[in-house]
Amino acid sequence: MNVPKELLYTKSHEWVKKLDDGSVLVGLSDKAQSDLGDLVFVNLPAVGDSFAAEDTLCDVESVKAVSDVYAPVNGTVTEVNEILLDTPEAINKDPYGTWIAKLTDVSGLEDLLDADAYIAVCEEE
Amino acid sequence: MNLIFETSVPGRGCSILPECDVSVPDLPETFSRKKAPRLPQLSENDISRHYTALAGRTHGVNNGFYPLGSCTMKYNPKINEELASLPGFTAIHPLQPEHTVQGAMQVLFQAEQALCEITGMDAMTFQPAAGAHGEFTGLLLIKAYHKHRGDQKRTKIIVPDSAHGTNPASATMAGFTVVSIPSQEDGCVDLEKLKAAVGDDTAGLMLTNPNTVGLFDKNILEITRIVHDAGGLNYYDGANLNAVMGVSRPGDMGFDVVHLNLHKTFSTPHGGGGPGSGPVGCKSLLAPFLPGPVVKKQQNRYHFEKPEHSIGQVKSFYGNFTVVVKALSYILTLGAEGIREAAQNAVLNANYMMKKLDDLYTIAYQERCMHEFVMSLEPLKKETGISAMDIAKGLLDNGIHPPTMYFPLIVHEALMVEPTETESKETLDEAIEVFRRLYETAKTDPQSLHEAPHHTAVRRLDEVGAARNPKLRYLF
Amino acid sequence: MGSYVPSTPAQRREMLEAVGCASMEDLFGHLPRQILLDRPLHLPSGLSELEVRRTVEKMAAHNTVFSTVLRGAGAYRHYIPAIVKQVVSKEEFVTAYTPYQAEISQGVLQSIFEYQTMICELTGMDVSNASVYDGATAAAEAVAMCRDRKRTKALISAAAHPDLIQTVKTYCEGAGTPVEIIPMKDGKTDLDKLSSLLDDSVSCVLLQQPNYYGLLEDAETAAEAIHSAGAKYIMSCNPISLGMLKTPAEYGADIAVGDGQPLGLSLSFGGPYLGFMACTNALLRKIPGRIVGETTDVDGKRAYVLTLQAREQHIRREKASSNICSNQALCALTASVYLAAMGAEGLQKAAEQSFAKAHYFAAKMSEIPGCQLRFTGEFFHEFVAQCPDVPKVMDALEQHGILGGLPLDGDFSGCVLWCVTEQNSKEEVDQAIAIIKEVCGA
Repeated sequence: MNVPKELLYTKSHEWVKKLDDGSVLVGLSDKAQSDLGDLVFVNLPAVGDSFAAEDTLCDVESVKAVSDVYAPVNGTVTEVNEILLDTPEAINKDPYGTWIAKLTDVSGLEDLLDADAYIAVCEEE
Repeated sequence: MNLIFETSVPGRGCSILPECDVSVPDLPETFSRKKAPRLPQLSENDISRHYTALAGRTHGVNNGFYPLGSCTMKYNPKINEELASLPGFTAIHPLQPEHTVQGAMQVLFQAEQALCEITGMDAMTFQPAAGAHGEFTGLLLIKAYHKHRGDQKRTKIIVPDSAHGTNPASATMAGFTVVSIPSQEDGCVDLEKLKAAVGDDTAGLMLTNPNTVGLFDKNILEITRIVHDAGGLNYYDGANLNAVMGVSRPGDMGFDVVHLNLHKTFSTPHGGGGPGSGPVGCKSLLAPFLPGPVVKKQQNRYHFEKPEHSIGQVKSFYGNFTVVVKALSYILTLGAEGIREAAQNAVLNANYMMKKLDDLYTIAYQERCMHEFVMSLEPLKKETGISAMDIAKGLLDNGIHPPTMYFPLIVHEALMVEPTETESKETLDEAIEVFRRLYETAKTDPQSLHEAPHHTAVRRLDEVGAARNPKLRYLF
Repeated sequence: MGSYVPSTPAQRREMLEAVGCASMEDLFGHLPRQILLDRPLHLPSGLSELEVRRTVEKMAAHNTVFSTVLRGAGAYRHYIPAIVKQVVSKEEFVTAYTPYQAEISQGVLQSIFEYQTMICELTGMDVSNASVYDGATAAAEAVAMCRDRKRTKALISAAAHPDLIQTVKTYCEGAGTPVEIIPMKDGKTDLDKLSSLLDDSVSCVLLQQPNYYGLLEDAETAAEAIHSAGAKYIMSCNPISLGMLKTPAEYGADIAVGDGQPLGLSLSFGGPYLGFMACTNALLRKIPGRIVGETTDVDGKRAYVLTLQAREQHIRREKASSNICSNQALCALTASVYLAAMGAEGLQKAAEQSFAKAHYFAAKMSEIPGCQLRFTGEFFHEFVAQCPDVPKVMDALEQHGILGGLPLDGDFSGCVLWCVTEQNSKEEVDQAIAIIKEVCGA
């Protein structure tokens, strides 16, 4: 299972990438995309909306199911990855290279899991 | 096979209307349509053949066994179709003066009386057009009831996790917050979880009994009492009434409001997805809130009345009227004894099938079932890789409509089988034989099931592609 | 007793034995005693088919079938081509289940795909669903589609059908959506009042075209106002009228709804009818109900399948925007066959003739003292006229087997909403005029 060391993770299988300016990118882990199966649609969050950690950020659809994506940290959405509107399968093909949303005014990073801790969580499941 | 638009030939058509016998005035440009709709241009022969071909690719109850759990695909009697087609019913306008539609009002009145007797309710509306529509209506009754009492706190509806998806969806539409309670191992309501979930913010509970795994919840009186004690009301999802009609009544189980699915329990046909009818019955405490108008009888005359505190309307006019005609004809045919006989044999047929399969298939709940039972294909999948989906595809090759798949959610790799009472023992035995053969095939030749169906017009559709790149109409 | 249970007593005994039960009652032995019915249902005994026929035919005979119908108000008598009833009575179509098992349901799925295409062609919109219950619920579902976090209020024209207004209100009460009614002026939506009501809390505006009173609204001017305010435009329309009238798409509507009853469905005392919903591509993911899409199968063959199911209740459950499950599938099939039989030319004829005959009737009516048209302005096939003695006129017409227009109440008490369709001949209309003339002493 692919778990890049430089990223941070949540128990609900989101990954977080810290950017130089303090903002973060959020995406779904390899395990998440594998469990979900072929994605057919991503309901992107609205730019400008603010979330607390563990709030539902948005959801993704496969043919037979819908799954929530949870905000990994507190923050406000400043950008969303519009390529997902036409190619939701990008998350399946390249989960760590395909971000969903960018959050700024971020806090709560300290509660995230590092790669090893995340691997442990996955093994327990 | 061609789409109807591909069979179309410019200049072809049917001769339906005469020339206009009055002059046609001009319509100002500003109101006129610029481009004509591209509707097919066909001869009547073309139309006849096209739909015959489509019918040939459709699987009706007339084609074979249809053991869909939770759908009650029983036989649709033809006398009901004929009576519902009488001009005295089809040619009457809903807004005709009351004295000219006494017969239609009698249908609604008598159907209400009969169905109230069967369910143990005091009043009924036929306005909802389907089960989900009925759920929404019933929940609005509950909402109105609490509001009328001045109780603004009751914002939550409790729904077991085994419930049909329409239950929580309807609760959300009615403006409630859904509290989902996990079911016990045996699929029944967890009394402790229920007690923990109720409070003074409980508007009500939505429940099906027998439940969605086909079991009768023996604690039903305790369940409804817990909710009543907390100040809530009990809603009965009537989808499974075929198991108990004439044997037990939701009104006697502690339910305050019910919806029925006439297109399930009362033999009206499914039509490929509708029209159904979802009448809502209630105890007298909720009757003042029913959507209107309702039919009342006074000295042998029927008249329409709007209930005192009516929630309004959930659709125009009185509901799917000719569907009610079919259901009434069915009730008249069966009568008191026939209704009970139907439920008894629905339960017998389900238990018989279950017994004949339980040595091979994993039956999810090892006890007496009601009108349907659930198998879990999870063990078979672990052993052979064959899933519920694969067995379902295998059934297609044998002319049997697959049972309900992957519902309820609390059973993994579920197949829910509901034979209904209108199937003969021979049909059941044949189906049992097919199920047993497929089980063996799963063990000896799983690959053939992974590739099934082999004999249908199309096979293993690309559903992912259909959802990613929606093509929802013909493009000229 | 009538019965559809084929198993014989001997077979039942065999099955009971296999299950380990002594009797039928034993099957229910595990149910709590208190809830078992200890008496038969208080219903009459069952009947043979012949007896059921006699009983129900009697009820049907207690209804008056008028040979001439001049009443509309949301339920319209149009001519139904003979092929329609033949096709929709095919047992496969009547008794099939929802086409979740696509491989054996290509017939139903293709017919829905064709229906969706026809609704798009009629309304000019990009996407149609497979149907909802009726025009009133279609309007309510459309209002729900438009709601978002910032904009929640719905504006509904007072000139829409009263049942539509009431149904939207009932649905909105459930969802907590504020509804405001846009007042009428001279039988049409008051566009000045509409402008004053438009603000950034408004999610949508619904107009009906033609409206309840038969009049054609200035739907184009409304469109500009609505879109400038950032709200969505819902147009409730009459599908026959679209044989000649400007389409919702041409008016700039975002969502088109209406009742497809005029497309081949009998009056049937109010149901089953047919709610249609169509929208622009932008709103595709918000439209409720089933939708059929085109795809290919494993052998590359073109095939049809229920798609975008992740919007629906069986997947989203409490997060679904609508709870709709069963719809009006067979009615949608009926509408498709009607449109196939009529074609664009036939539909245009039905529309033009309804339009023409209504205008002929209205002109003759206005010549009768006390029967002037209540409103000025273009109308389609319904109009409101004064009536000096409503009960007397209705009675006299009834004596001759004619169902007169709908007597209105409230602000329009003393007026009647008349309707004429292509199915009314000139003779029928002339006869009605003669009777009304006589009653009015003209």
